[in-house]
Amino acid sequence: MTAPPLLAVGDLSVTFRTRAGPVKALERVSFAVDKGETIAIVGESGSGKSVTAQAIMGILDPAGRVEAGRVYFAGLDLLRASASELADMRGREFAMIFQNPRGALNPIRTVGDQIADVLARHEHLKGAAARDRAMEMLALVKITDPRRRLDAYPFELSGGMCQRVMIALALACRPALLIADEPTTGLDVTTQAAIMDLIGELGRSRGMATVLITHDLGLAAEHCGRIVVMHAGHVVEDAPAAQLFAAPRHPYTAKLLAATPRPGRHLEDLEAIPGGLPDLRRADLPGCRFLERCDRAGEPCRAPALDAIVTPSPDGERRVLCVRPLMGLAA
Amino acid sequence: MLAMIGRRLAAALPSIAGVVVVTFLLTRLLPGDPAAYFAGPAATPQAIEEIRQRLGLDQSVPAQFLTYLGDLARGEFGLSLTTGLPVMQELVTRLPASLELTLAGLLFAVAVAVPLGILAAVRAGSWIDHATRIVATAGVSLPTFFTGLLLVHVFYSVLQVAPAPMGRLDIFSSTPPPVTGLYVLDALLAGDGETALAALAQLALPALTLGIFALAPLARMTRAAMLAALGSEFVRAARASGLSRGRIVWVYAFRNAMLPVLTTLGMVFSFLLGANVLVEKVFAWPGIGSYAIEALIVSDYAPVQGFVLTMALLYVLLNLAIDILYGIVDPRVKVES
Ligand SMILES: Nc1ncnc2c1ncn2[C@@H]1O[C@H](COP(=O)(O)OP(=O)(O)OP(=O)(O)O)[C@@H](O)[C@H]1O
Ligand SMILES: [Mg+2]
Repeated sequence: MTAPPLLAVGDLSVTFRTRAGPVKALERVSFAVDKGETIAIVGESGSGKSVTAQAIMGILDPAGRVEAGRVYFAGLDLLRASASELADMRGREFAMIFQNPRGALNPIRTVGDQIADVLARHEHLKGAAARDRAMEMLALVKITDPRRRLDAYPFELSGGMCQRVMIALALACRPALLIADEPTTGLDVTTQAAIMDLIGELGRSRGMATVLITHDLGLAAEHCGRIVVMHAGHVVEDAPAAQLFAAPRHPYTAKLLAATPRPGRHLEDLEAIPGGLPDLRRADLPGCRFLERCDRAGEPCRAPALDAIVTPSPDGERRVLCVRPLMGLAA
Repeated sequence: MLAMIGRRLAAALPSIAGVVVVTFLLTRLLPGDPAAYFAGPAATPQAIEEIRQRLGLDQSVPAQFLTYLGDLARGEFGLSLTTGLPVMQELVTRLPASLELTLAGLLFAVAVAVPLGILAAVRAGSWIDHATRIVATAGVSLPTFFTGLLLVHVFYSVLQVAPAPMGRLDIFSSTPPPVTGLYVLDALLAGDGETALAALAQLALPALTLGIFALAPLARMTRAAMLAALGSEFVRAARASGLSRGRIVWVYAFRNAMLPVLTTLGMVFSFLLGANVLVEKVFAWPGIGSYAIEALIVSDYAPVQGFVLTMALLYVLLNLAIDILYGIVDPRVKVES
């Protein structure tokens, strides 16, 4: 644990300018990923998972701005890197796959050409050499008959196949970090499992660190050693998976666990989390953005800014953003 | 591809048949009695009746329709009553003039509107975006005949840099040997630079008039389509893989944005064919539009019928051309058709 992490995100705040006022999509988001480690970012829809990924990649919408914070990748501050330095690293050092694989592929370009575009950009491979490498990549992601598929357009492929192509494209230049933003949403269950296995397997064989973004705690538990829980633009809890499941500290994590189907648990025991996310455009957002949904909330939770409580543990430190964390045993 | 073209042409047959019927009926319903008109104000009833018989107007409407169909089948559009010349011949000589004008106008519009639309989208909210909006709004809000007259006033009367708005060539130049019927092109093909320049000078103002009118829809659609493409998930993914900005804008965004722009182009083209009529009037351009208008005024129905039919055919061909282009750009089309 002495080596510096591969990716370190610190106090990252992102705001979107909109007609209805600024949206504080992320506030002081911090987490780290070690070399070859697989972590999960979980949270319900709108909690800021995708915005976090986009801010790291430097592909936020023009309306979005990083207000403060640091993103260190292999010791380099990405937020202070020049546009061309960043573009050189994107797709080569760190890459991303997307929630809707069909939408993330250019609809009127063959998948072979799209992979070749990335190879041409970063490895200066052209023509037959690029084509051969693209074919190897398609074979690597277990697409049958890769030579023929090179000339396929995304609309000719199934959703799962498109996601495999997306993975081939992302991994073509052997990145050290892969951010997978809900890579299996919208796929059927068997395809989901196959895609997750593929990501896990390629990550292990290439020593690649992976950030798995999902709203499925079960999926996170299965594949990741560490789990970062996000809620309304905050990281509310960040802990080794086993500890998080055994004893969640943040009330939101506890509710999320209670709402997640698990073996040995009856479906009727599942609880819905009351309320919804607060309006991120509000000027007077409290330090705890969960307090309106929380039965433990009190006056201290309304402080304008809270600091995460950090506790060391054998598998790495735990952080929780709560003034009254749960300290009991299993949830 | 050939099968697709064949199928599209077959699908167009019913609408062409419809146009044939409608043109026939419409022209019979035109106000005024052609026989009386051509007999002149001093004609006796017998003289009028004689002309009516000669024109076949004394027969029943179905009989007239059959005669009309027979003529069409032989490629005859009848005679113009005013000029006494076969309509077919007039259309064949005048159509290239209209096409030259429309194509030049469209070329100008595309050359200006597409880059403007792209720039406006790539730098959304910048001065170039606002300038594009102003140009586009001004373009649509000016009626073509007004733009035409204004251009003539400024460039011919005041600045005296443009030739007189009197047709396709000044009297000092001779018509280039016809190949395509487009004077500028024909002169260039014949290696006659001087005539090409003269023809271009005549063409400039009317084409500009049409082009300014076509700017707005094209610029707007290009901007909107580019914005949509640039905001799409696949452009985000392309950025995430580090592709250069140029590649993202051209290969990823622009090629996708071309699809709606092509559709708009087809619409604008057929629109311009219609707008031609007024512009041809202002610039004394010997196209089919001015021919049809003159005939319409005097109830000379054969040219009007010929004009409408020609336009319908052009329209079908134009849509076919757009579909073919679309099929080349968008691989998804072939499967669906
Ligand atoms: N371009 C944008 N303009 C304005 N607000 C935005 C924009 N993109 C994201 N947001 C806001 O940022 C917040 C977080 O969005 P984000 O897409 O990161 O959620 P998410 O956790 O990925 O949810 P999901 O599970 O649905 O993908 C939301 O409140 C959203 O409204
Ligand atoms: Mg998301």
